Amino acid sequence: MSGALVELAHVSKTFTRGGLFAARRVQAVADVNLRLAADKPIILAITGESGSGKSTLARMILNIVEPSAGAILFRGRNLRSIRSSAARGAFMRQVQPIFQNPFEAFNPLKRLDRYLYITARRFAGVADMATAEQRSNEALHRVGLSLGEIKERFPHELSGGQLQRFAIARALLSNPALIVADEPVSMVDASLRMSIATLFRSLRSELRISTIYITHDLATAYYVSDEIIIMQKGGIVESGATRTVLSAPRHPYSRQLKDAVLSLRRPPGPDSEDSS
Amino acid sequence: MSAPLAGRATRVAPEMAPRVPVVSVKGLKAYYRTDQYGVQRRVRAVDGVTFEVRPDEIYGLTGESSSGKTTLVKTLAGAVRPPLQVVGGTIAFSFLPGTQGLHSVPPPEVARVRWRRLSYIMQGSMSVLNPVRRVRSSFEDFAFRHMGLSRRDFAAAVESHLARVKLEPSVLAAYPHELSGGMRQRVTIALATICRPELIIADEPTTALDVIVQKDVLAMISHIRQEMGSSVMLVTHDMGVHAYLSDRLGIMYAGRLVEEGRTDEILGRPRHPYTRHLIATLPRIGDDAPRRGLEGSPPNLADPPPGCRFHPRCPLAMEVCHREAPSLAVHGPDHRVACFAVTPEAPS
Repeated sequence: MSGALVELAHVSKTFTRGGLFAARRVQAVADVNLRLAADKPIILAITGESGSGKSTLARMILNIVEPSAGAILFRGRNLRSIRSSAARGAFMRQVQPIFQNPFEAFNPLKRLDRYLYITARRFAGVADMATAEQRSNEALHRVGLSLGEIKERFPHELSGGQLQRFAIARALLSNPALIVADEPVSMVDASLRMSIATLFRSLRSELRISTIYITHDLATAYYVSDEIIIMQKGGIVESGATRTVLSAPRHPYSRQLKDAVLSLRRPPGPDSEDSS
Repeated sequence: MSAPLAGRATRVAPEMAPRVPVVSVKGLKAYYRTDQYGVQRRVRAVDGVTFEVRPDEIYGLTGESSSGKTTLVKTLAGAVRPPLQVVGGTIAFSFLPGTQGLHSVPPPEVARVRWRRLSYIMQGSMSVLNPVRRVRSSFEDFAFRHMGLSRRDFAAAVESHLARVKLEPSVLAAYPHELSGGMRQRVTIALATICRPELIIADEPTTALDVIVQKDVLAMISHIRQEMGSSVMLVTHDMGVHAYLSDRLGIMYAGRLVEEGRTDEILGRPRHPYTRHLIATLPRIGDDAPRRGLEGSPPNLADPPPGCRFHPRCPLAMEVCHREAPSLAVHGPDHRVACFAVTPEAPS
C-alpha cells in the first residue's frame, strides 16, 4: 500500500522467559495492525495499563525490538531488511525516540551540547562546528531553550522539564518524520507538563512531524492526540479518533479505563461556580 | 458538607473535634548544606513551612518535583542525615509530647515510636519490601516487636489484617517479586497500618501503579485509615488522587507552602496564582481548551529569588513581591494563601 509512513501488519511479539525446560512464553503484542498515513501528520496516542504491550509496540516501531511475527514497514521498507549501518542511520534519521525519564536517557557524565553536535554530524550531515552550533540553537529555540542555556552543562544541571525539552530538540535535529515518545511528560514538573504536550501539537502542525505518544493517562491522551489506540494484553481493543473514542468508549476495557480516571470535580457543592 | 464521594466517608466536621493535632509543624526549615573545596552551598529545600495534620483527616501535600515535598516528609520521619539539616522550627507530634521532632529524639525513643505511631507507605513497593525475604518475614521484621503478641497470635493478627486489604493469607509465603504491583502495594498498606499508627505518611502511594488498580488502592487506603483511626499525610503530585482522597490540601512551591485549604475549595476556587495555573492546566477529558505552560522553570533552591519565590513567573507580580516574602494569610475558614496580590488587604 502506498502512502503509509508506518504500517504494521499482524505484528506480534512473544518473549520467552526462563530456561530450556521451564520456558514461559509471554505474548507482549498480539496481532497488531496499524497504519499512519504519510501525507497527513497526526499524533497517535497508545494507551493501556502497564503490561498491555504499548512500550513493546513502540520499541518495535523504533526497531529496537524485532517482532516475532508480522511485518513493520516504514515508508514501504520492511524494518527487517535494515541490515547495513547506512540503512540503519537512514532509518534513525527519520524516526526519533523520546524516553520517559530524560535523566536516564542521557549519560550523566557527558555534556549536553555534545549530544547535539553528534546528532547534527551523524544525522543532519553537518560537517563543521559553526553549522552544528547554529542548527542546535535553532532546534533548541523550537522547544523554548537556547544554546546559551545548554552549553557546557551536564544533565543534572537542568530540571526535568528542561531536559525533556532538550531531548525533543535533539530529536528535531535530524528533521524526523516520526517521533516515538514513551510517557514523555510523566517525569516533568506539573507546571511544565502541558507545555511539553502542547509542543508535540505544534511540531505536528508546524513541522509536520507525526508522533506516536504512549501514555497511560487518558486525560493527557485526550489533550494531545488526534487518534487513539487502546491496548489490552497485547492487542488493540479499540481505536479511532480520540474525541470519539474517549467521549463514548465502546469496549468494556476502554470503559473501565475511562472510569478509572480520577475526576477532579467533587460532587457539586455550594461553591461550584467559578469566581476567578 | 458536600456529599460523600464513592470510597470516601463523611467525617465529623473539624470544628466538632477540637483535639490536639497529630502533628503540628511550625516554621520548619530544613536545608541541605554542603561544604566542598571551600565552596559552601545551602539548598533551602524546606524554608519556613507551617501546617498541622488533625486527628482523623487526610492532609494532602502537593507541589512539583524539587518543591521540597520529599525533604519535608524525610524531616517529619526523622530521616535527617547530612547534608540535610534542620535549621529551624519545630515538629510537635501528639504522641511525643515535649519534643521537637524525631530528628532531635534519642534513637531508642525513635525505634519505639517508628512504625508503632508513625508509619509510611512509599512509592516503590518493590524497594520497601525486602526482595530476599518472604512477605511473612517482612511483617515480622516490621511489626512483631510493636504488637506485643505471641507468635501465634501475631500470625493470626497478620492474616486477619491482610483480609482488610483483600489479600489471601497465601501471599505471606510469597516473595515480593511474585506479587503484582497492586498486590505489593496492598501488602505495604497492610504493613503500614497493622500497628494502628496515629500518623501514616503516604508518599506517592499510587504513582507506580496502573490506573485501573490505582482507584482500588486509594479506596483501600481511605477505608483502612478509617477503620484503624489513623491520620494520613498524603504526598503526591497527582491532583486526581487528592481530589479523591484528601480532606485538606497544601500546595508547596520552591520550599514554601503557598496555599492551603479544603480540597474542594482549592480545586474549585484556587486563589494563589501558582495554584490557579496548576489547576487550570490539568488535562480533562472533554475539555479542548489549549493549555499553556508557565514561563520559566521552578527556581534553583540553592539560589532562590528574593521576596516571593514565585514572582519571576507570576502574572500578578507587583513591586513588593520582589522584596518581601508573603506569609500565609487567612482567606476564610481553613483557607490560607501566601500572596500579596490576592490577599484582601492588598490593593488589587
